Amino acid sequence: MLYREAGQFKATYAEDSQIFPIRQDKIGFWVLMLVFGVAVPLLTNEYWLKAILIPVLIFSLAAIGLNILTGYAGQLSLGSAAFMAVGAFAAYNFILRIEGMPFLVALVLAGLTAAAVGILFGLPSLRIKGFYLAVATLAAQFFIVWALVKFPWFSNNSSSGVVTAQDVTILGYTFATPEAKYVLTFLIVSFMALLAKNMVRSSTGRAWMAVRDMDVAAQVIGFRLMRTKLLAFAVSSFYCGVAGALYAYTYIGTVEPEGFNLDLSFKILFMIIIGGVGSIMGSFLGAAFIVLLPIFLDNVVPVIFGDSLGAGFVSNFQLIVFGGLIIFFLIVEPHGLARLWQIAKEKLRLWPFPH
Amino acid sequence: MARQIGDVIVDLQNISLRFGGVKALTDISFNVKEHEIRSIIGPNGAGKSSMLNVINGVYHPQEGQIFFKGALRKKMEPHEAAEQGIARTFQNIALFKGMTVLDNIMTGRNLKMKCNFLQHALYWGAAQKEEIAHRIKVEEVIEFLEIQDIRKTPVGRLPYGLQKRVELARALAAEPHILLLDEPMAGMNVEEKQDMCRFILDVNDHYGTTIVLIEHDMGVVMDISDRVVVLDYGKKIGDGEPDEVKNNPDVIKAYLGTTH
Ligand SMILES: Nc1ncnc2c1ncn2[C@@H]1O[C@H](COP(=O)(O)OP(=O)(O)OP(=O)(O)O)[C@@H](O)[C@H]1O
Ligand SMILES: [Mg+2]
Repeated sequence: MLYREAGQFKATYAEDSQIFPIRQDKIGFWVLMLVFGVAVPLLTNEYWLKAILIPVLIFSLAAIGLNILTGYAGQLSLGSAAFMAVGAFAAYNFILRIEGMPFLVALVLAGLTAAAVGILFGLPSLRIKGFYLAVATLAAQFFIVWALVKFPWFSNNSSSGVVTAQDVTILGYTFATPEAKYVLTFLIVSFMALLAKNMVRSSTGRAWMAVRDMDVAAQVIGFRLMRTKLLAFAVSSFYCGVAGALYAYTYIGTVEPEGFNLDLSFKILFMIIIGGVGSIMGSFLGAAFIVLLPIFLDNVVPVIFGDSLGAGFVSNFQLIVFGGLIIFFLIVEPHGLARLWQIAKEKLRLWPFPH
Repeated sequence: MARQIGDVIVDLQNISLRFGGVKALTDISFNVKEHEIRSIIGPNGAGKSSMLNVINGVYHPQEGQIFFKGALRKKMEPHEAAEQGIARTFQNIALFKGMTVLDNIMTGRNLKMKCNFLQHALYWGAAQKEEIAHRIKVEEVIEFLEIQDIRKTPVGRLPYGLQKRVELARALAAEPHILLLDEPMAGMNVEEKQDMCRFILDVNDHYGTTIVLIEHDMGVVMDISDRVVVLDYGKKIGDGEPDEVKNNPDVIKAYLGTTH
């Protein structure tokens, strides 16, 4: 079937404002959902689920969080990992300290805790912008990790702050296998991605983008700067917080504050730069790209350059490729893979008659 | 004309505005009446844009009082001015560059939209209904300004003249009582200017919108204004109907004395 909108007329504004106005996209979306929701857990092995698919989903969620704040609302943040840490440790403590705490409730509470902390560290954004705000979020990054290590209460007095996530049980069913954890993660991340997409395509998202593009004009047409920015911080941190909790509970199981370091924050930032700043789909593409690239290079570099170069070369080579890609996207295509995908689709729509 | 000029709606009294040592406005008083087209003219740097910024709360004058609909207005923030029904366009286009024409115009309706972000997240029932109801209103504006075919275009890709038109659309989408236009025809060719004039007159005529207009093109100003106020070096040097102002010796001197 050709990719075309010919003959698909929008009779109502409701149809026109769908997430996928073109039928082929809608079909493609549901095929993807079936593949990743049903086929993948049935067909892939444990390595793929545990080492690739689950982390891709979780990082996608964190990238959506950062994209809401940076891509949509225009507030640069280097503290994403710290908000993930808040979510992870909040979930741990809610489950630990409250008898019979249901997992999903703990997940929401973890998100809310991260949102509250996010609002707190978002306050400077009312005064400062750009580079200086990034530095302020950097302070959040270091302060939060420091506080989680400093006060043993957060990790139930475990040595050096390491905690082991409790079992994930929902309605009596324990999500123990990688397949079960994957499906749970998939459902939560898909649902939250849908909510995010809905927010950014309605008045909430327009407020964020207005503040991003021109804050004086945004105020003049009636948006409240403070409310809009703080909401972006809250929602963004909520997403990062839930991602952090999932990171602990469905991905690695044992977490420590230092695991949520600045490196991880940068990794998430690179995901949105490569995937697409201001795009929900780009968040997934970027996360997949950044998780898969090292694995890809690990396998490909020795084949091309031979084994003689040693492991050190491979990891340095990774850094070079990352750096190169980031510079490429920043300069050539700031809207990342998502935009490249869109351009490809536009070409396809005109193909084979480009004029 | 069908419309009737009403009572004074904005009354500025003895407004003075300084930026450090620069006196942008000095002791200026004038008023705007409901339903009229009120122009502000003057040479470059006269303080015209500053005047608009004072009216909708972007700048706060050091001295003077502003009465809005008869009541003394305390210090007002721009979003509060918007809530009171004041919309505007900017001299340097202030569109949201990363958004489409449609989204830009939709932002103009934000104050009339009541759903919160949680409802938006679910995009179900009320939120969807609201979005569509406002889309219908926005489509009316789009049709009125004849920009149907660029709805889905990112505004950054539009030529200058169309951007100005989209900015007007965004302001109109708010259904304002008072519309402040800062050089809406600057940089336009004759045809585009004529279109813009027609839109301004239509808005004023159909919706009774009060318009405060800054414009350098004297032909246009004298043609469409009900009353004109003239500023020079931050001071008011003339005020009245177009004919009166045209024959005011101070105004003639200010205009002959400066190059444009
Ligand atoms: N934000 C500001 N900070 C400092 N000075 C300002 C500011 N805004 C305006 N001014 C000064 O106030 C004076 C009046 O400027 P304004 O922009 O109001 O003039 P204008 O009549 O709109 O001119 P133009 O026809 O060039 O648009 C100028 O001297 C300008 O430099
Ligand atoms: Mg000006």
